[in-house]
Amino acid sequence: MRGVRFTALLGVVLLAGVTLLFVTGLLSYAAYNPDLAPVNDKTPGKGRLGFYLFPWPTDPHWLYRLTQGLHVTLGVALVPVLLAKLWSVVPKLFALPPVRSVGHALERLSLLLLVGGALFEFVTGLLDIQLEYIFPGSFYPLHFYGAWVFFAAFVAHVGLRLPQALRALRERRRNGSFDPGPEPSTGAGEDGLASPDPAAPTVSRRGALGAVGAGSLVLLATTAGQSIDPLRSTALLAPHGGRDPGSGPNGFQINKTAEARGIRPADTGEAWRLTVSGPAGNIAMSREDLLGLALYSAALPIACVEGWSTSDQWWRGVRLRDLAALAGFERDRPPAVLVESLQRTGAFRSAALRDNQVRDPRSLLALEVNGETLSPDHGYPARIIVPAAPGVLNTKWVSRLTFGELT
Amino acid sequence: MRVQGLRRARRWYGEGTLHLLLMLSSFALAGYAGVRLLDGDRLAIVIWFAGAALVHDLVLVPLYSLADRGLRAGAGRWPGAAAGRRADVNFVRVPAFLSGLLLLVWFPLITGQVENYTPYTGLPADVFLPRWLLITAGLFAVSAVWLTVELLRLRRRATKARPSADH
Repeated sequence: MRGVRFTALLGVVLLAGVTLLFVTGLLSYAAYNPDLAPVNDKTPGKGRLGFYLFPWPTDPHWLYRLTQGLHVTLGVALVPVLLAKLWSVVPKLFALPPVRSVGHALERLSLLLLVGGALFEFVTGLLDIQLEYIFPGSFYPLHFYGAWVFFAAFVAHVGLRLPQALRALRERRRNGSFDPGPEPSTGAGEDGLASPDPAAPTVSRRGALGAVGAGSLVLLATTAGQSIDPLRSTALLAPHGGRDPGSGPNGFQINKTAEARGIRPADTGEAWRLTVSGPAGNIAMSREDLLGLALYSAALPIACVEGWSTSDQWWRGVRLRDLAALAGFERDRPPAVLVESLQRTGAFRSAALRDNQVRDPRSLLALEVNGETLSPDHGYPARIIVPAAPGVLNTKWVSRLTFGELT
Repeated sequence: MRVQGLRRARRWYGEGTLHLLLMLSSFALAGYAGVRLLDGDRLAIVIWFAGAALVHDLVLVPLYSLADRGLRAGAGRWPGAAAGRRADVNFVRVPAFLSGLLLLVWFPLITGQVENYTPYTGLPADVFLPRWLLITAGLFAVSAVWLTVELLRLRRRATKARPSADH
């Protein structure tokens, strides 16, 4: 059962899967625009690890929904592949002698980073999407720097082992059969994966691969629906699957409720004012004032870093670039904006949006959703909604917009 | 002289030069990121990082291997084993594996220990355990139906193969 072919096949699947996880993870990091303003940057010590950062686009409007949905759903579905891969190389862990040479010692140390890193990334990711924040510190630096440590070991491992894996798979093809053929005699001894004295087989290699695949499928089937509205009821074990928290126009998924963020009715009642700041000074506006401005509609999703998302909701409100004009900027050349919320806690109670995001005509300070006034949990009296932006940048319960100044 | 020195270095390192270059560049990058990773509760982060590998290798793997060995040993005494159907054990093994996998991945939600869940999302937290139990019931039920079909097919084949006593 165990053997170089089994390991090779799982390894090739992980090579593709982990690469996609790494790339979508880096994209998610870029989507926060961490280089725009200190408030957006949860990893200020990143050094050159943010070398690739670029202004996150607003098109297509479902971009973050796709990349982050892929990141989380694929990560969940790869759990059995990772576990099977680790199982298949367990004999190596206890290989004797434990260290043959300096090179071998280095490689084993590298494998500790590889295995520790992979498990660290999967565990922190799985805990974070379940809102179980028990890891030692903030999720962002742990998952981001951990990913780079893991990836460093991953690249070395691929460099050292990919030729061997491809050889094992080619051999399979040449033999024309995959199952239940014995391990190639050369490979078995040299790799030490296949048991020299195997117990009577109870499952074929194809059967074991089938079980791993079934594991991925079951996880996929109970997770994917949290990012696809018509299938939400099938995502039975996913944090935002099963059902919506409410019904009607405001019934869709909520990241943080008003109560959880300490929003009191007194803060959002008649006395609430939005302050718009810029070269024109500080302008205080009531909700009535805002409803008196030109209102526009945009169909945009909520897409969370935790991987879940909603389909497009129909938002209605004031264009951010119109508010920039009120603040004293040219309408077609608006600057970046610092958005501040009434919420008292949370890493993103203030967040910055880049000029390309402010400029987009679909970027709104929304007052209504799906034809109704925003509910408290969706950001009443006013919230930001920007195409393709991660959910945490769509600030709820907005109290202040400062155009041009981000600190 | 020089060739001999190189050879000695190679024997000491035990692998090719390319191996050394890959290792060095990998460790350098891991170091660059690792310094940043550890800029916090250093001890706890090291424990989580190395502990993840140790818990997997020294707890999870032995645990599921033992469970599987126990299952196989038990299966050896089943009636099916006497009939030479070793594979019967897989009809228990596969649904147990799938159910265990779901529990492993969604452990915090299923055990209802996520205090933030309902306050943050407005969703009920007590739905995950019953859902997981129902899925588990479904998995074993599908396996039971599958095994029944297999057994019926085997019996039919055996009946056909048996020469008739009337002749």
